Amino acid sequence: MPEPAHGRPVAHVKDPGASGHAVDGTAPRGTDAAARRRRDRRSRRYRRDVRWSPYAFVAPFFLFFLAFGLFPLLYTGWASLHRVELTAPTDMEWVGLRNFSRLLEDEFFWNALRNTVTIGLMSTVPQLLMALGIAHLLNYRLRGSMFFRVAALTPYATSVAAATLVFVLLFGRDYGMVNWALGLVGIGDVDWQNGQWTSQLAVSTIVIWRWTGYNALIYLAAMQAVPKDLYESAALDGASPWQQFIHVTVPSLRHTILFTCVVSTIGATQLFGEPLLFSGGAGATGGADHQFQTLGLYLYEQGWVNLHLGRASAIAWAMFLILLVVGAVNWLIARRLGKSA
Amino acid sequence: MTGRKGRAGRHLHGGKFAYAALIVFTAGSLFPLVWTAIAASRTNTRLAQTPPPFWFGSRLFRNLEIAWTDANMGTALLNTTVVAGSVAAGTVVFSTFAGYAFAKLRFRLKNALLLLVIGTMMVPPQLSVVPLYMLIAELSWTDQLQSVILPTLVSAFGVFFMRQYLMEALPGELIEAARVDGAGSLRVVWHIVFPAARPAMAVLGMLTFVMAWNDFFWPILALTQSGNPTVQVALAGLGQGYIPDQSVIMAGALLGTLPLLIAFVVFGRQIVGGIMQGAVKG
Repeated sequence: MPEPAHGRPVAHVKDPGASGHAVDGTAPRGTDAAARRRRDRRSRRYRRDVRWSPYAFVAPFFLFFLAFGLFPLLYTGWASLHRVELTAPTDMEWVGLRNFSRLLEDEFFWNALRNTVTIGLMSTVPQLLMALGIAHLLNYRLRGSMFFRVAALTPYATSVAAATLVFVLLFGRDYGMVNWALGLVGIGDVDWQNGQWTSQLAVSTIVIWRWTGYNALIYLAAMQAVPKDLYESAALDGASPWQQFIHVTVPSLRHTILFTCVVSTIGATQLFGEPLLFSGGAGATGGADHQFQTLGLYLYEQGWVNLHLGRASAIAWAMFLILLVVGAVNWLIARRLGKSA
Repeated sequence: MTGRKGRAGRHLHGGKFAYAALIVFTAGSLFPLVWTAIAASRTNTRLAQTPPPFWFGSRLFRNLEIAWTDANMGTALLNTTVVAGSVAAGTVVFSTFAGYAFAKLRFRLKNALLLLVIGTMMVPPQLSVVPLYMLIAELSWTDQLQSVILPTLVSAFGVFFMRQYLMEALPGELIEAARVDGAGSLRVVWHIVFPAARPAMAVLGMLTFVMAWNDFFWPILALTQSGNPTVQVALAGLGQGYIPDQSVIMAGALLGTLPLLIAFVVFGRQIVGGIMQGAVKG
């Protein structure tokens, strides 16, 4: 930090406190002293400013975070140890770990966990593979490359709600366009909403549609940072474009790929809007047989349909623990990749 | 984006295959949106026939009108504009302040606090909705927009984004010079930091606006469809059978998406640049 500005002409300072001395009649004798006092006060104020303003600048973030992030986070933990109903949220009855032990015996919890994993895999893996391919294509010299990029990103601008409503119609059993197209190639009407795998596939499709372009742009950004001579020397060694992609592009993108895996995993764990709206009027059950009920949806069902806020809190913490495990696994993979580099 | 020449990685011209594959992908990206408009311009009876319609009908304005009035889309659009606007403005301003402090100022606990900021990005929203819901119920804020605005007014991503940008874009000498001239911290922020940060502020503002516009999980808990919905809450209500008419539902979906699509047509280049920039640095 720069030192306080001692050299600044004091005469220019408009200090409201300074005029008091003149009225006191102390001015003639104490001009120098008053000036020094003024200077001291200024530099004190300056030091205070330099010292405390950083805290003032970061304070809004932390105040909001404390009020709407940290406090709720801890309170969720506290609520998960109680019996709390949505109808009377202030009546909390201590039950210890019962909400958690019930969860472990609850077939719908395990069902939701299984669905979250399968839908997560079905949406994340193809999404990231496709994004990698699209990014590679966008990285060529192309006419209208900005158009392709913006078009790839438009699904990202479409909300979960709007996207899901359209896909519900496209995946309709009787008049949906997907079944119509499948009919053209001789595949019979698929019941996208009621089948176990088909419904999960349809929900995954919505996720894939919304996020592939977004991930492609992230990969594209990383690809543009890959040094060009790597490709040139690979080409000199006789590597085909495909071999360049596998041996130059993909290894260079290791960290970005890991980053998108983590982000997509977090997103998949929280999947909520797609399964909620894909079931139409059925609401929070995720299909008639809970066939696509995710953890996020199950939390909603327990808390806001069945009104058990304590149990919903326990589900929230369970989700958090699962995320931490996933994060730890990702970290271990990252470390191994880092070593092999 | 900088110029094309000499750009690392742009090693080859795209061949026919690249164009064909990209055109297929682009068609897949845009088709559901175009079809939303087609379905919104048809009657419900026409949608319940095979083959499904592939071109526009004549009912668009009528369906939009029904969605506007019956499904509360007018209120919802206004509400969402207020919410997304406030969240974007708050996030941009607070993030710039905090990002500047983390990028350029020295203070105790700085690294620990920065780690805390990054750590908060990992906390899923599910972990806070139960107490937040109790809180707004206690304050009788159900159906009021501040219950959606306040919890998302700051963002860890925003702080981190602005910090990364200002580390490079803001020369330390400029701040020192202003300091020597006797400028207080607020003056420095106003006259030096804000102008230097403007491009990143614009990008962060757009990204935050899009995210806030599309936010779903918390608004659907805090607001009700019949009371004071955002667009997403109103759309969820449409999907859950308040209005059984599919073409009107599609008209609602179109209304809820159109403002952002227009923004994409106008600012697409900047938004794409912003996401790519955030990706490299984040």
